[in-house]
Amino acid sequence: MSDVTANRKRRRRPEISPFQWLTLALVAAFIIVPFYTTVLGGFKSIGELRTNPFGLPASWDPANFTGIIFGTALFRSLWNSLIIALSTVALSVLIASMAAFALAHIRFFGSKFLMSFFMLGLLFPASTAILPLFIKLRDLGLLDSHLGIIIAQVAFSLAFSIVLFHSFFKRLPHELIDAARMDNCGYLKIYWYITLPLSLPIIATVGVFAFVGSWNSFLLPLIVLNTDTNYTWPLGIMQFQGQYGSDWPKILAYLTLTIIPAVGFFLLAQRYIISGLTGGAVKG
Amino acid sequence: MTTITTSPAAVAPPRRARRYMDRKSLVPLLLFLPPALFLFVVLVVLPMVDAASFSFFDWTGYGPMTDFVGLKNYEDVLTHRHFGTAVRNSLIVIAVSLAIQLPLAMWVSLALVEKSWGVNAIRTLFFLPYMLAEIAAGLIWKFVYDGNYGLVPTVGDALGTSLPHVLGDKVWVMPAIMLVIVWKYFGFHMMIYIAGLQSIPSEVIEAARLDGVKKWQIVRHIKLPMIWGSIVISVFFSIIGALQLFDLVIPLSNGGPNNSSHTIVTFLYQFGILRMKLGFGGAVSVMLFIACVVITVVYRRLLFSREVD
Repeated sequence: MSDVTANRKRRRRPEISPFQWLTLALVAAFIIVPFYTTVLGGFKSIGELRTNPFGLPASWDPANFTGIIFGTALFRSLWNSLIIALSTVALSVLIASMAAFALAHIRFFGSKFLMSFFMLGLLFPASTAILPLFIKLRDLGLLDSHLGIIIAQVAFSLAFSIVLFHSFFKRLPHELIDAARMDNCGYLKIYWYITLPLSLPIIATVGVFAFVGSWNSFLLPLIVLNTDTNYTWPLGIMQFQGQYGSDWPKILAYLTLTIIPAVGFFLLAQRYIISGLTGGAVKG
Repeated sequence: MTTITTSPAAVAPPRRARRYMDRKSLVPLLLFLPPALFLFVVLVVLPMVDAASFSFFDWTGYGPMTDFVGLKNYEDVLTHRHFGTAVRNSLIVIAVSLAIQLPLAMWVSLALVEKSWGVNAIRTLFFLPYMLAEIAAGLIWKFVYDGNYGLVPTVGDALGTSLPHVLGDKVWVMPAIMLVIVWKYFGFHMMIYIAGLQSIPSEVIEAARLDGVKKWQIVRHIKLPMIWGSIVISVFFSIIGALQLFDLVIPLSNGGPNNSSHTIVTFLYQFGILRMKLGFGGAVSVMLFIACVVITVVYRRLLFSREVD
Protein backbone atom coordinates (compact mmCIF):
# COMPACT_ATOMS: atom_id res chain seq x y z
CA MET A 1 0.00 0.00 0.00
CA SER A 2 2.65 2.47 1.06
CA ASP A 3 4.64 1.23 -1.91
CA VAL A 4 1.83 2.10 -4.27
CA THR A 5 1.28 5.60 -2.87
CA ALA A 6 4.99 6.26 -2.90
CA ASN A 7 5.05 5.20 -6.51
CA ARG A 8 2.08 7.40 -7.36
CA LYS A 9 3.67 10.32 -5.63
CA ARG A 10 6.92 9.92 -7.49
CA ARG A 11 5.13 9.63 -10.77
CA ARG A 12 2.90 12.65 -10.17
CA ARG A 13 5.64 14.99 -9.12
CA PRO A 14 6.59 16.85 -12.31
CA GLU A 15 10.29 16.71 -12.76
CA ILE A 16 11.91 20.11 -12.54
CA SER A 17 14.29 20.45 -15.45
CA PRO A 18 17.92 21.51 -14.85
CA PHE A 19 17.19 24.76 -16.64
CA GLN A 20 14.33 25.44 -14.24
CA TRP A 21 16.57 24.68 -11.29
CA LEU A 22 19.07 27.14 -12.67
CA THR A 23 16.44 29.88 -12.98
CA LEU A 24 15.17 29.19 -9.49
CA ALA A 25 18.69 29.47 -8.11
CA LEU A 26 19.39 32.68 -10.01
CA VAL A 27 16.10 34.25 -8.94
CA ALA A 28 16.74 33.19 -5.34
CA ALA A 29 20.15 34.89 -5.46
CA PHE A 30 18.56 37.96 -7.03
CA ILE A 31 16.10 38.15 -4.12
CA ILE A 32 18.55 37.33 -1.34
CA VAL A 33 21.62 39.43 -2.22
CA PRO A 34 20.05 42.85 -1.53
CA PHE A 35 18.66 41.63 1.81
CA TYR A 36 21.91 39.95 2.77
CA THR A 37 24.09 42.96 1.99
CA THR A 38 21.65 45.26 3.78
CA VAL A 39 21.67 43.26 7.00
CA LEU A 40 25.45 42.81 7.04
CA GLY A 41 26.05 46.39 5.89
CA GLY A 42 24.78 47.71 9.21
CA PHE A 43 27.80 46.15 10.93
CA LYS A 44 30.40 47.36 8.45
CA SER A 45 32.33 50.58 8.23
CA ILE A 46 31.71 52.77 5.24
CA GLY A 47 35.02 51.84 3.62
CA GLU A 48 34.37 48.16 4.18
CA LEU A 49 31.15 48.37 2.15
CA ARG A 50 33.24 48.88 -0.93
CA THR A 51 36.23 46.66 -0.17
CA ASN A 52 34.25 43.75 1.27
CA PRO A 53 30.68 43.97 -0.05
CA PHE A 54 29.68 40.30 0.19
CA GLY A 55 31.83 38.94 3.00
CA LEU A 56 31.11 38.94 6.70
CA PRO A 57 31.99 42.18 8.49
CA ALA A 58 35.47 42.51 10.00
CA SER A 59 33.94 43.07 13.41
CA TRP A 60 30.36 42.63 14.60
CA ASP A 61 30.23 46.12 16.03
CA PRO A 62 26.59 46.81 16.94
CA ALA A 63 27.17 50.55 17.50
CA ASN A 64 24.97 51.56 14.57
CA PHE A 65 22.12 49.41 15.83
CA THR A 66 22.37 50.40 19.48
CA GLY A 67 22.60 54.07 18.53
CA ILE A 68 19.28 53.79 16.71
CA ILE A 69 17.62 51.56 19.29
CA PHE A 70 18.50 53.90 22.16
CA GLY A 71 17.39 56.93 20.20
CA THR A 72 13.69 57.76 20.38
CA ALA A 73 12.91 58.33 16.70
CA LEU A 74 12.73 54.71 15.53
CA PHE A 75 10.45 53.41 18.24
CA ARG A 76 8.27 56.48 18.20
CA SER A 77 7.70 56.09 14.47
CA LEU A 78 7.10 52.33 14.78
CA TRP A 79 4.65 53.02 17.59
CA ASN A 80 2.80 55.62 15.49
CA SER A 81 2.61 53.15 12.61
CA LEU A 82 1.35 50.43 14.93
CA ILE A 83 -1.40 52.61 16.42
CA ILE A 84 -2.52 53.72 12.97
CA ALA A 85 -2.43 50.19 11.58
CA LEU A 86 -4.33 48.63 14.49
CA SER A 87 -6.99 51.34 14.43
CA THR A 88 -7.33 50.91 10.68
CA VAL A 89 -7.76 47.16 11.11
CA ALA A 90 -10.36 47.50 13.86
CA LEU A 91 -12.42 50.10 12.03
CA SER A 92 -12.14 48.39 8.63
CA VAL A 93 -13.23 45.03 9.97
CA LEU A 94 -16.11 46.48 11.96
CA ILE A 95 -17.48 48.91 9.38
CA ALA A 96 -16.97 46.71 6.33
CA SER A 97 -18.42 43.62 7.99
CA MET A 98 -21.49 45.53 9.17
CA ALA A 99 -22.13 46.89 5.70
CA ALA A 100 -21.48 43.53 4.07
CA PHE A 101 -23.81 41.85 6.57
CA ALA A 102 -26.62 44.25 5.74
CA LEU A 103 -26.02 43.79 2.02
CA ALA A 104 -25.79 40.01 2.25
CA HIS A 105 -28.51 39.14 4.75
CA ILE A 106 -31.08 41.89 4.98
CA ARG A 107 -33.36 42.28 2.01
CA PHE A 108 -34.19 45.88 1.30
CA PHE A 109 -34.94 48.11 -1.61
CA GLY A 110 -31.73 49.26 -3.32
CA SER A 111 -29.35 46.72 -1.82
CA LYS A 112 -28.07 45.67 -5.27
CA PHE A 113 -27.53 49.29 -6.19
CA LEU A 114 -25.66 49.99 -2.95
CA MET A 115 -23.38 47.02 -3.54
CA SER A 116 -22.46 48.33 -6.99
CA PHE A 117 -22.01 51.78 -5.51
CA PHE A 118 -19.40 50.46 -3.08
CA MET A 119 -17.80 48.54 -5.94
CA LEU A 120 -16.95 51.89 -7.50
CA GLY A 121 -14.19 52.02 -4.93
CA LEU A 122 -12.47 49.08 -6.63
CA LEU A 123 -12.07 51.11 -9.79
CA PHE A 124 -9.45 53.49 -8.56
CA PRO A 125 -6.71 53.42 -5.93
CA ALA A 126 -6.13 56.00 -3.21
CA SER A 127 -3.15 57.52 -4.98
CA THR A 128 -5.44 58.64 -7.81
CA ALA A 129 -7.48 60.68 -5.37
CA ILE A 130 -4.65 61.82 -3.14
CA LEU A 131 -4.88 65.50 -4.02
CA PRO A 132 -8.62 66.00 -3.45
CA LEU A 133 -8.36 63.72 -0.43
CA PHE A 134 -5.74 66.07 0.99
CA ILE A 135 -8.06 69.05 0.48
CA LYS A 136 -10.95 67.17 2.09
CA LEU A 137 -8.90 66.20 5.14
CA ARG A 138 -7.69 69.77 5.43
CA ASP A 139 -11.26 71.07 5.33
CA LEU A 140 -12.22 68.57 8.01
CA GLY A 141 -9.32 69.78 10.16
CA LEU A 142 -7.66 66.36 10.11
CA LEU A 143 -4.24 67.29 8.75
CA ASP A 144 -1.25 66.28 10.85
CA SER A 145 -3.40 63.85 12.81
CA HIS A 146 -3.39 60.09 12.92
CA LEU A 147 -7.16 60.05 12.78
CA GLY A 148 -7.09 61.61 9.31
CA ILE A 149 -4.87 58.80 8.01
CA ILE A 150 -6.91 56.12 9.72
CA ILE A 151 -10.29 57.13 8.34
CA ALA A 152 -8.90 57.76 4.86
CA GLN A 153 -7.33 54.30 4.82
CA VAL A 154 -10.53 52.72 6.07
CA ALA A 155 -12.56 54.56 3.42
CA PHE A 156 -10.30 53.45 0.60
CA SER A 157 -10.10 49.83 1.73
CA LEU A 158 -13.86 49.56 2.19
CA ALA A 159 -14.69 48.34 -1.30
CA PHE A 160 -12.20 45.47 -1.21
CA SER A 161 -13.10 44.51 2.37
CA ILE A 162 -16.84 44.59 1.64
CA VAL A 163 -16.35 42.30 -1.38
CA LEU A 164 -14.41 39.79 0.71
CA PHE A 165 -16.92 39.86 3.59
CA HIS A 166 -19.95 39.82 1.31
CA SER A 167 -18.91 36.74 -0.61
CA PHE A 168 -17.99 34.96 2.62
CA PHE A 169 -21.29 35.85 4.33
CA LYS A 170 -23.23 34.64 1.28
CA ARG A 171 -21.59 31.26 1.60
CA LEU A 172 -22.52 30.81 5.26
CA PRO A 173 -25.31 28.26 5.71
CA HIS A 174 -28.52 30.21 5.34
CA GLU A 175 -30.41 27.85 7.65
CA LEU A 176 -28.52 29.25 10.62
CA ILE A 177 -29.77 32.73 10.05
CA ASP A 178 -33.30 31.59 9.21
CA ALA A 179 -33.40 29.52 12.36
CA ALA A 180 -32.18 32.43 14.45
CA ARG A 181 -34.81 34.68 12.93
CA MET A 182 -37.52 32.14 13.75
CA ASP A 183 -36.37 32.28 17.32
CA ASN A 184 -37.02 35.98 17.22
CA CYS A 185 -33.36 36.82 17.30
CA GLY A 186 -32.70 40.31 15.93
CA TYR A 187 -30.23 41.09 13.19
CA LEU A 188 -27.87 42.77 15.62
CA LYS A 189 -27.62 39.58 17.66
CA ILE A 190 -27.32 37.44 14.54
CA TYR A 191 -24.46 39.61 13.35
CA TRP A 192 -22.64 39.59 16.64
CA TYR A 193 -23.30 36.06 17.93
CA ILE A 194 -23.64 34.02 14.74
CA THR A 195 -22.07 35.64 11.71
CA LEU A 196 -18.93 37.16 13.23
CA PRO A 197 -17.83 34.08 15.20
CA LEU A 198 -18.22 31.99 12.03
CA SER A 199 -16.22 34.48 9.99
CA LEU A 200 -12.89 34.41 11.78
CA PRO A 201 -10.91 33.31 8.68
CA ILE A 202 -12.20 36.18 6.57
CA ILE A 203 -11.79 38.63 9.45
CA ALA A 204 -8.16 37.53 9.67
CA THR A 205 -7.69 38.00 5.93
CA VAL A 206 -9.29 41.43 5.82
CA GLY A 207 -7.44 42.43 8.98
CA VAL A 208 -4.06 41.29 7.73
CA PHE A 209 -4.58 43.13 4.44
CA ALA A 210 -5.62 46.32 6.18
CA PHE A 211 -2.67 46.01 8.53
CA VAL A 212 -0.04 45.47 5.85
CA GLY A 213 -1.48 48.21 3.65
CA SER A 214 -1.46 50.66 6.51
CA TRP A 215 1.95 49.64 7.84
CA ASN A 216 3.58 50.08 4.44
CA SER A 217 1.69 53.15 3.34
CA PHE A 218 3.78 56.18 2.46
CA LEU A 219 1.98 58.64 0.21
CA LEU A 220 -0.95 59.32 2.52
CA PRO A 221 1.12 59.96 5.69
CA LEU A 222 3.56 61.97 3.58
CA ILE A 223 0.82 64.34 2.59
CA VAL A 224 -1.14 64.40 5.84
CA LEU A 225 1.58 64.55 8.52
CA ASN A 226 4.04 67.35 9.02
CA THR A 227 5.26 67.12 12.64
CA ASP A 228 8.06 64.61 13.06
CA THR A 229 6.72 63.31 16.36
CA ASN A 230 3.66 62.14 14.42
CA TYR A 231 5.67 60.45 11.67
CA THR A 232 5.08 56.84 10.73
CA TRP A 233 8.13 54.67 10.15
CA PRO A 234 8.34 55.10 6.34
CA LEU A 235 8.46 58.87 6.87
CA GLY A 236 10.93 58.37 9.70
CA ILE A 237 13.28 56.33 7.56
CA MET A 238 13.15 58.85 4.72
CA GLN A 239 13.97 61.60 7.20
CA PHE A 240 16.81 59.55 8.66
CA GLN A 241 18.15 58.89 5.19
CA GLY A 242 17.94 62.58 4.36
CA GLN A 243 19.84 63.39 7.54
CA TYR A 244 22.66 60.93 7.08
CA GLY A 245 22.99 61.28 3.32
CA SER A 246 25.34 58.53 2.31
CA ASP A 247 26.34 57.25 5.70
CA TRP A 248 25.12 53.91 4.45
CA PRO A 249 26.04 51.68 7.44
CA LYS A 250 23.73 53.76 9.66
CA ILE A 251 20.94 53.76 7.08
CA LEU A 252 21.31 50.02 6.49
CA ALA A 253 21.14 49.40 10.25
CA TYR A 254 17.95 51.47 10.41
CA LEU A 255 16.52 49.57 7.44
CA THR A 256 17.34 46.24 9.03
CA LEU A 257 15.60 47.23 12.25
CA THR A 258 12.42 48.19 10.38
CA ILE A 259 12.46 45.12 8.15
CA ILE A 260 12.73 42.61 11.00
CA PRO A 261 9.21 43.14 12.42
CA ALA A 262 7.76 43.14 8.90
CA VAL A 263 9.40 39.84 7.99
CA GLY A 264 8.33 38.30 11.28
CA PHE A 265 4.75 39.38 10.76
CA PHE A 266 4.81 38.16 7.18
CA LEU A 267 5.97 34.69 8.16
CA LEU A 268 3.17 34.47 10.73
CA ALA A 269 0.42 35.87 8.54
CA GLN A 270 1.29 34.76 5.02
CA ARG A 271 -1.46 32.13 4.98
CA TYR A 272 -4.10 34.86 5.25
CA ILE A 273 -2.34 37.14 2.80
CA ILE A 274 -2.24 34.44 0.15
CA SER A 275 -5.82 33.35 0.69
CA GLY A 276 -6.93 36.97 0.44
CA LEU A 277 -4.93 37.50 -2.73
CA THR A 278 -6.21 34.44 -4.48
CA GLY A 279 -9.73 34.70 -3.04
CA GLY A 280 -9.98 38.38 -3.84
CA ALA A 281 -8.37 37.86 -7.22
CA VAL A 282 -10.82 35.17 -8.20
CA LYS A 283 -13.67 37.55 -7.45
CA GLY A 284 -11.91 40.08 -9.62
CA MET B 1 -51.49 15.04 17.03
CA THR B 2 -48.46 15.87 14.97
CA THR B 3 -50.49 17.35 12.15
CA ILE B 4 -52.27 19.63 14.53
CA THR B 5 -49.10 21.03 16.02
CA THR B 6 -47.08 21.31 12.84
CA SER B 7 -49.65 22.76 10.50
CA PRO B 8 -50.07 26.15 12.22
CA ALA B 9 -46.33 26.38 12.64
CA ALA B 10 -45.78 25.62 8.96
CA VAL B 11 -48.17 28.34 7.93
CA ALA B 12 -47.15 30.91 10.48
CA PRO B 13 -43.43 31.41 9.85
CA PRO B 14 -43.61 33.02 6.39
CA ARG B 15 -46.14 35.56 7.56
CA ARG B 16 -44.30 36.17 10.79
CA ALA B 17 -40.98 36.38 8.99
CA ARG B 18 -42.24 38.94 6.52
CA ARG B 19 -43.74 41.13 9.19
CA TYR B 20 -40.61 40.68 11.24
CA MET B 21 -38.43 41.94 8.42
CA ASP B 22 -40.52 45.00 7.69
CA ARG B 23 -40.61 46.03 11.26
CA LYS B 24 -37.23 45.03 12.51
CA SER B 25 -34.85 45.31 9.61
CA LEU B 26 -34.98 49.08 9.61
CA VAL B 27 -33.03 49.57 12.83
CA PRO B 28 -30.13 47.28 11.86
CA LEU B 29 -30.01 48.84 8.41
CA LEU B 30 -29.78 52.28 9.95
CA LEU B 31 -27.02 51.03 12.19
CA PHE B 32 -25.01 48.89 9.77
CA LEU B 33 -24.92 50.88 6.57
CA PRO B 34 -24.37 54.54 7.47
CA PRO B 35 -20.79 54.27 8.82
CA ALA B 36 -19.54 52.68 5.60
CA LEU B 37 -21.66 54.90 3.40
CA PHE B 38 -20.60 58.03 5.21
CA LEU B 39 -16.87 57.31 5.03
CA PHE B 40 -17.11 56.15 1.44
CA VAL B 41 -19.07 59.17 0.25
CA VAL B 42 -17.11 61.78 2.20
CA LEU B 43 -13.60 60.46 1.60
CA VAL B 44 -13.81 58.56 -1.69
CA VAL B 45 -16.66 59.85 -3.83
CA LEU B 46 -16.84 63.53 -2.87
CA PRO B 47 -13.10 64.18 -3.23
CA MET B 48 -13.21 62.93 -6.81
CA VAL B 49 -16.20 65.16 -7.53
CA ASP B 50 -14.30 68.07 -5.96
CA ALA B 51 -11.24 67.33 -8.07
CA ALA B 52 -13.38 67.42 -11.17
CA SER B 53 -14.69 70.83 -10.14
CA PHE B 54 -11.45 72.49 -9.11
CA SER B 55 -9.67 71.23 -12.20
CA PHE B 56 -11.59 73.99 -14.04
CA PHE B 57 -10.31 76.75 -11.78
CA ASP B 58 -7.01 78.43 -11.14
CA TRP B 59 -6.94 77.65 -7.43
CA THR B 60 -4.18 77.56 -4.84
CA GLY B 61 -6.29 75.79 -2.27
CA TYR B 62 -7.31 78.77 -0.16
CA GLY B 63 -10.39 80.93 -0.38
CA PRO B 64 -13.25 80.48 -2.79
CA MET B 65 -12.72 79.22 -6.31
CA THR B 66 -13.45 82.24 -8.46
CA ASP B 67 -10.94 82.10 -11.25
CA PHE B 68 -12.69 79.89 -13.79
CA VAL B 69 -10.25 78.94 -16.52
CA GLY B 70 -12.17 76.29 -18.43
CA LEU B 71 -9.96 73.59 -19.86
CA LYS B 72 -6.74 75.54 -19.44
CA ASN B 73 -5.44 73.28 -16.65
CA TYR B 74 -5.92 70.25 -18.85
CA GLU B 75 -4.10 72.00 -21.65
CA ASP B 76 -1.28 72.93 -19.26
CA VAL B 77 -0.92 69.34 -18.12
CA LEU B 78 -0.95 67.89 -21.60
CA THR B 79 1.63 70.37 -22.84
CA HIS B 80 3.79 70.17 -19.70
CA ARG B 81 7.38 69.24 -20.51
CA HIS B 82 7.49 66.38 -18.06
CA PHE B 83 3.98 65.01 -18.37
CA GLY B 84 4.91 63.20 -21.57
CA THR B 85 7.89 61.64 -19.79
CA ALA B 86 5.67 60.54 -16.91
CA VAL B 87 3.13 58.91 -19.23
CA ARG B 88 5.88 57.31 -21.31
CA ASN B 89 7.55 55.93 -18.18
CA SER B 90 4.28 54.47 -16.95
CA LEU B 91 3.79 52.81 -20.35
CA ILE B 92 7.36 51.45 -20.19
CA VAL B 93 6.61 49.99 -16.77
CA ILE B 94 3.52 48.28 -18.16
CA ALA B 95 5.41 46.97 -21.19
CA VAL B 96 8.31 45.60 -19.16
CA SER B 97 5.93 44.03 -16.65
CA LEU B 98 4.12 42.21 -19.43
CA ALA B 99 7.27 41.27 -21.35
CA ILE B 100 9.57 40.27 -18.50
CA GLN B 101 7.92 40.18 -15.10
CA LEU B 102 4.87 38.08 -15.91
CA PRO B 103 6.72 35.49 -18.04
CA LEU B 104 9.31 35.16 -15.26
CA ALA B 105 6.54 34.72 -12.68
CA MET B 106 4.89 32.10 -14.90
CA TRP B 107 8.13 30.24 -15.52
CA VAL B 108 8.91 30.11 -11.81
CA SER B 109 5.37 29.18 -10.78
CA LEU B 110 5.35 26.17 -13.13
CA ALA B 111 8.25 24.76 -11.11
CA LEU B 112 6.66 25.55 -7.74
CA VAL B 113 3.19 24.01 -7.95
CA GLU B 114 3.66 20.76 -6.08
CA LYS B 115 3.87 21.34 -2.37
CA SER B 116 6.92 20.23 -0.50
CA TRP B 117 9.05 21.67 2.24
CA GLY B 118 11.62 23.10 -0.15
CA VAL B 119 9.03 24.46 -2.56
CA ASN B 120 7.26 26.24 0.27
CA ALA B 121 10.48 27.85 1.43
CA ILE B 122 11.28 29.07 -2.08
CA ARG B 123 7.76 30.43 -2.56
CA THR B 124 7.95 32.30 0.72
CA LEU B 125 11.31 33.75 -0.25
CA PHE B 126 10.07 34.89 -3.66
CA PHE B 127 6.95 36.40 -2.13
CA LEU B 128 8.87 38.22 0.60
CA PRO B 129 9.75 41.38 -1.39
CA TYR B 130 6.07 41.89 -2.19
CA MET B 131 5.32 42.20 1.52
CA LEU B 132 8.11 44.66 2.10
CA ALA B 133 7.19 48.34 2.19
CA GLU B 134 8.00 50.07 -1.08
CA ILE B 135 10.05 52.61 0.85
CA ALA B 136 12.23 49.90 2.39
CA ALA B 137 12.64 48.13 -0.96
CA GLY B 138 13.51 51.43 -2.60
CA LEU B 139 16.15 52.28 -0.01
CA ILE B 140 17.71 48.82 -0.13
CA TRP B 141 18.11 49.20 -3.89
CA LYS B 142 19.28 52.77 -3.59
CA PHE B 143 22.15 51.28 -1.63
CA VAL B 144 22.70 48.54 -4.21
CA TYR B 145 22.89 51.18 -6.94
CA ASP B 146 24.91 53.70 -4.93
CA GLY B 147 27.78 54.90 -7.10
CA ASN B 148 30.33 54.99 -4.29
CA TYR B 149 29.44 52.33 -1.75
CA GLY B 150 26.88 50.12 -3.46
CA LEU B 151 27.09 46.79 -5.23
CA VAL B 152 27.01 48.19 -8.74
CA PRO B 153 30.46 49.85 -8.52
CA THR B 154 31.78 46.65 -6.93
CA VAL B 155 30.53 44.68 -9.90
CA GLY B 156 32.18 47.31 -12.09
CA ASP B 157 35.47 46.79 -10.26
CA ALA B 158 35.21 43.07 -10.81
CA LEU B 159 34.62 43.62 -14.50
CA GLY B 160 37.50 46.05 -14.61
CA THR B 161 35.40 49.01 -15.75
CA SER B 162 33.59 51.74 -13.91
CA LEU B 163 29.85 51.51 -14.33
CA PRO B 164 27.75 54.68 -14.42
CA HIS B 165 25.95 55.94 -11.33
CA VAL B 166 22.77 54.34 -12.57
CA LEU B 167 20.28 56.42 -10.57
CA GLY B 168 21.95 59.65 -11.66
CA ASP B 169 21.98 58.71 -15.31
CA LYS B 170 19.09 59.60 -17.57
CA VAL B 171 19.53 56.49 -19.68
CA TRP B 172 19.97 54.00 -16.87
CA VAL B 173 17.54 55.26 -14.29
CA MET B 174 14.39 53.67 -15.77
CA PRO B 175 15.98 50.25 -16.37
CA ALA B 176 17.28 50.41 -12.79
CA ILE B 177 13.79 51.17 -11.47
CA MET B 178 12.32 48.41 -13.64
CA LEU B 179 14.69 45.88 -12.12
CA VAL B 180 13.47 46.84 -8.64
CA ILE B 181 9.87 46.55 -9.81
CA VAL B 182 10.51 43.02 -11.07
CA TRP B 183 12.28 42.18 -7.80
CA LYS B 184 9.44 43.55 -5.73
CA TYR B 185 6.36 42.35 -7.59
CA PHE B 186 7.06 39.16 -9.55
CA GLY B 187 6.35 37.09 -6.42
CA PHE B 188 2.85 38.49 -6.27
CA HIS B 189 2.10 37.36 -9.82
CA MET B 190 3.79 34.04 -9.12
CA MET B 191 1.35 33.45 -6.24
CA ILE B 192 -1.64 34.21 -8.46
CA TYR B 193 -0.38 31.74 -11.07
CA ILE B 194 0.38 29.07 -8.49
CA ALA B 195 -3.16 29.37 -7.15
CA GLY B 196 -4.46 29.00 -10.71
CA LEU B 197 -2.25 26.02 -11.49
CA GLN B 198 -3.29 24.29 -8.27
CA SER B 199 -6.93 24.52 -9.25
CA ILE B 200 -6.35 22.46 -12.40
CA PRO B 201 -7.66 18.94 -11.68
CA SER B 202 -4.67 16.64 -11.57
CA GLU B 203 -6.59 14.01 -13.61
CA VAL B 204 -6.44 16.28 -16.64
CA ILE B 205 -2.65 16.54 -16.50
CA GLU B 206 -2.36 12.86 -15.65
CA ALA B 207 -4.49 11.84 -18.62
CA ALA B 208 -2.47 13.97 -21.01
CA ARG B 209 0.76 12.56 -19.64
CA LEU B 210 -0.48 8.99 -20.04
CA ASP B 211 -1.33 9.84 -23.63
CA GLY B 212 2.30 10.74 -24.08
CA VAL B 213 1.88 14.49 -24.40
CA LYS B 214 5.20 16.22 -23.83
CA LYS B 215 5.76 18.36 -20.77
CA TRP B 216 5.91 21.68 -22.59
CA GLN B 217 2.97 20.78 -24.76
CA ILE B 218 0.99 20.22 -21.57
CA VAL B 219 2.03 23.66 -20.40
CA ARG B 220 1.23 25.26 -23.72
CA HIS B 221 -2.06 23.54 -24.53
CA ILE B 222 -3.51 22.63 -21.14
CA LYS B 223 -2.04 24.62 -18.28
CA LEU B 224 -1.88 28.06 -19.84
CA PRO B 225 -5.41 27.96 -21.27
CA MET B 226 -6.77 26.62 -17.99
CA ILE B 227 -5.29 29.45 -15.93
CA TRP B 228 -6.36 32.11 -18.41
CA GLY B 229 -8.37 33.77 -15.63
CA SER B 230 -5.29 34.15 -13.44
CA ILE B 231 -3.31 35.64 -16.32
CA VAL B 232 -6.07 38.13 -17.07
CA ILE B 233 -6.07 39.24 -13.44
CA SER B 234 -2.32 39.54 -13.10
CA VAL B 235 -2.11 41.61 -16.31
CA PHE B 236 -4.82 43.85 -14.90
CA PHE B 237 -2.92 44.34 -11.63
CA SER B 238 0.26 45.14 -13.57
CA ILE B 239 -1.46 47.88 -15.52
CA ILE B 240 -3.25 49.48 -12.58
CA GLY B 241 -0.12 49.12 -10.42
CA ALA B 242 2.02 50.86 -13.04
CA LEU B 243 -0.41 53.77 -13.19
CA GLN B 244 -0.16 54.36 -9.45
CA LEU B 245 3.56 53.75 -8.98
CA PHE B 246 4.92 56.26 -6.48
CA ASP B 247 6.44 54.92 -3.24
CA LEU B 248 9.21 53.00 -4.97
CA VAL B 249 10.36 55.86 -7.18
CA ILE B 250 10.64 58.45 -4.38
CA PRO B 251 13.53 56.85 -2.47
CA LEU B 252 15.25 55.59 -5.63
CA SER B 253 15.36 58.62 -7.91
CA ASN B 254 12.68 61.04 -6.68
CA GLY B 255 11.74 61.54 -10.32
CA GLY B 256 15.25 62.61 -11.29
CA PRO B 257 17.73 63.14 -12.76
CA ASN B 258 16.32 66.11 -14.61
CA ASN B 259 12.77 64.85 -14.09
CA SER B 260 13.49 61.88 -16.36
CA SER B 261 12.02 59.15 -14.15
CA HIS B 262 8.66 60.60 -13.17
CA THR B 263 5.61 58.42 -13.08
CA ILE B 264 2.13 59.91 -13.28
CA VAL B 265 1.71 60.02 -9.51
CA THR B 266 5.20 61.43 -8.78
CA PHE B 267 4.46 64.04 -11.45
CA LEU B 268 1.18 64.86 -9.71
CA TYR B 269 2.99 65.11 -6.38
CA GLN B 270 5.89 67.20 -7.66
CA PHE B 271 4.05 69.66 -9.84
CA GLY B 272 0.53 69.68 -8.39
CA ILE B 273 0.72 69.06 -4.67
CA LEU B 274 4.14 70.41 -3.64
CA ARG B 275 3.53 73.62 -5.56
CA MET B 276 -0.08 73.82 -4.40
CA LYS B 277 -1.28 74.21 -7.98
CA LEU B 278 -4.52 72.48 -7.22
CA GLY B 279 -6.28 73.19 -10.48
CA PHE B 280 -3.35 71.66 -12.32
CA GLY B 281 -3.15 68.71 -9.92
CA GLY B 282 -6.91 68.28 -10.13
CA ALA B 283 -6.64 67.96 -13.88
CA VAL B 284 -3.95 65.26 -13.51
CA SER B 285 -6.11 63.43 -10.93
CA VAL B 286 -9.18 63.53 -13.15
CA MET B 287 -7.29 62.19 -16.15
CA LEU B 288 -5.68 59.46 -14.08
CA PHE B 289 -9.06 58.57 -12.61
CA ILE B 290 -10.69 58.41 -16.03
CA ALA B 291 -7.81 56.27 -17.30
CA CYS B 292 -8.26 53.81 -14.41
CA VAL B 293 -12.02 53.62 -14.85
CA VAL B 294 -11.85 53.23 -18.63
CA ILE B 295 -9.16 50.56 -18.40
CA THR B 296 -11.11 48.66 -15.75
CA VAL B 297 -14.42 48.83 -17.58
CA VAL B 298 -13.01 47.99 -21.01
CA TYR B 299 -10.82 45.26 -19.60
CA ARG B 300 -13.76 43.71 -17.79
CA ARG B 301 -15.92 43.82 -20.88
CA LEU B 302 -13.24 42.30 -23.05
CA LEU B 303 -11.68 39.72 -20.81
CA PHE B 304 -13.37 39.04 -17.50
CA SER B 305 -16.66 38.30 -19.24
CA ARG B 306 -15.03 35.54 -21.25
CA GLU B 307 -14.17 33.86 -18.02
CA VAL B 308 -17.72 34.00 -16.72
CA ASP B 309 -19.32 32.59 -19.88
